[in-house]
Amino acid sequence: MKSIVAEHLVRTYRNGEVKALDDLSLDVEEGTVLSVLGPNGAGKTTVVRVLTTLLTPDSGSATVGGIDVLKHPEKVREIIGLSGQYAAVDETLTGWDNLVMFGRLYHLGKKESVARAEELLERFSLTESARRPIKTYSGGMRRRLDLAASLIVQPKVLFLDEPTTGLDPRGRQEMWGVIEELVKGGVTLLLTTQYLDEADQLADDIIVVDHGKVIARGTSDALKKQVGGERLEVVVDQAHISATMDAVAKVSGHTASLDEGLRKVSAPVTTGATALIEVLRLLDAGGIHPLDVALKRPSLDDVFMSLTGHVAEDQVVVSETGRGKKKEKLDKKSEAKS
Amino acid sequence: MNAITDALIITKRQLLQLARVPEVLIFSTIQPVMFVLLFRYVFGGSIATGDPGGYVQLLMPGIFVQTTAFTLAATASGLAEDMTKGLIDRFRSLPISRSALVFGRTLGDGLLNIVVLSVMGLAGFIVGWRPSSGILKIGLAFIFLLAFGYSLSWVGIFAGLSARDARVVQNLSFLITFPLTFLSNAFAPTTGMPRPLQYVAEWNPVSTMVAACRELFGLQNHFGATAHSFPSQHPLTMSLVYMVVILAIFVPLSVRKYSHANKK
Ligand SMILES: Nc1ncnc2c1ncn2[C@@H]1O[C@H](COP(=O)(O)OP(=O)(O)OP(=O)(O)O)[C@@H](O)[C@H]1O
Ligand SMILES: [Mg+2]
Repeated sequence: MKSIVAEHLVRTYRNGEVKALDDLSLDVEEGTVLSVLGPNGAGKTTVVRVLTTLLTPDSGSATVGGIDVLKHPEKVREIIGLSGQYAAVDETLTGWDNLVMFGRLYHLGKKESVARAEELLERFSLTESARRPIKTYSGGMRRRLDLAASLIVQPKVLFLDEPTTGLDPRGRQEMWGVIEELVKGGVTLLLTTQYLDEADQLADDIIVVDHGKVIARGTSDALKKQVGGERLEVVVDQAHISATMDAVAKVSGHTASLDEGLRKVSAPVTTGATALIEVLRLLDAGGIHPLDVALKRPSLDDVFMSLTGHVAEDQVVVSETGRGKKKEKLDKKSEAKS
Repeated sequence: MNAITDALIITKRQLLQLARVPEVLIFSTIQPVMFVLLFRYVFGGSIATGDPGGYVQLLMPGIFVQTTAFTLAATASGLAEDMTKGLIDRFRSLPISRSALVFGRTLGDGLLNIVVLSVMGLAGFIVGWRPSSGILKIGLAFIFLLAFGYSLSWVGIFAGLSARDARVVQNLSFLITFPLTFLSNAFAPTTGMPRPLQYVAEWNPVSTMVAACRELFGLQNHFGATAHSFPSQHPLTMSLVYMVVILAIFVPLSVRKYSHANKK
């Protein structure tokens, strides 16, 4: 069953000049994690606000937990949790105050609210600072408290808008741990992020969004494949460059490209580790000792740059064939760079 | 039923804020008390009132009304701050009644007014304010004051929801309330003003409120009965009418604005 479905959402600002959402559709299977990946201004927050009943789209429809977001927003609010891009808690109050207040607003009894608040503070390692005003919290603590506030009634569907933006590496790791645990508990999660490793780490499925449109969708592996397979990279002395280029080209079956500054010869390959062995044999036979040899899988960064970078420049209309075009362009681009 | 408890939880939040940062309460009472002292001792000597008991008798109702008028700014900036900090979004994503937040907020600001007015009354008493009308009428005057503050609170809600920045709201509401309170009979007779301003001053709800309070505290309203206009002759009625009109316009408008804030 689909827990979140959005169909053809359109939301414009400034009388249609800015298309924050431009015919965006997505769906999330119950109990899975979808990451909405996109650069600044892509429309991530806008789609989260629409799905959490905070914003009305110009057109399109959406359901959360099977409930129509536009027709029954009050019912949707009962089953969702939201942690927005900026921690939204009362700064003058303490962490304890905040959680108890939100518990009461979720219509838990007094005792229940207190018990739940204490449980959550414990779980998010905030017990020690529970009685301090939020003003004195670090960014990471604030984020954790904000997340705790969205978990008070154990939502069926959780929305997290850039949950780790602004956190240091340790804070991010901690937040990831917390999120992974939540997901194990069976919650359906829609998570927006600008970080590819975050999507990689947490999401079952990723959609890449730019200019309010979905420009790619798939698992992180599938997205990487879309950009292109693996590349063989060999770094050698200046003297051996041309011989190396021949060897690499032979293994690859494509023309090898060269990064002159790094003296790095590279070409796409499909045979994985076998290609590595083959090229080493050839080089060894030619008496060439490479300084470095590697088989590079494209990172999600490559996916991101190639997809968003090109769309931004060329305004390519997205479709299956559109994606194919972009892939070609990426190959050209890296060859040009090399 | 839930809507009421929800509103009360929001009110409680405001009281908790005051408990956590008591300075806010202290400063919001010091300021009007300072006004009492300044006007009493700086202008008090030079304004002839023709009333027994002197200027302070006329001044206190003026300062009471001015203070409650500033509720507008307090509500507006408080709400605008919640807006910009994203708290409003959080509240709106909760399964609570849409009017709970705004009702709770106005109630909280009303409670704060009770504290502030009590302290001011005490300060006034110390510097010679002696209302002479009897406990019932004095009580009624305070109920009028609280009701006036409460109705302006709803204007503040609307202003706060309309704004993008908390500081802009605060400045804007002061920009509105300052001339309103000074273009009135609160501190000096309106008879000294140019004729057109006099009319404005007499129809000004602040003036009708001040005149109403003076009446309820047992004074003649010497500060602006010259034009013999309806509001200066029927200050109680006019004040009531103003409050009802303000509430009738701004309660539905603000609740609507709050629940449709997402249309922006
Ligand atoms: N209230 C508004 N008025 C005008 N334009 C807006 C408004 N809200 C959003 N936009 C525009 O809509 C687009 C999408 O914004 P959105 O906040 O959804 O982006 P985002 O992906 O969340 O970006 P970020 O990573 O910076 O948070 C942007 O171009 C933004 O400028
Ligand atoms: Mg955003």
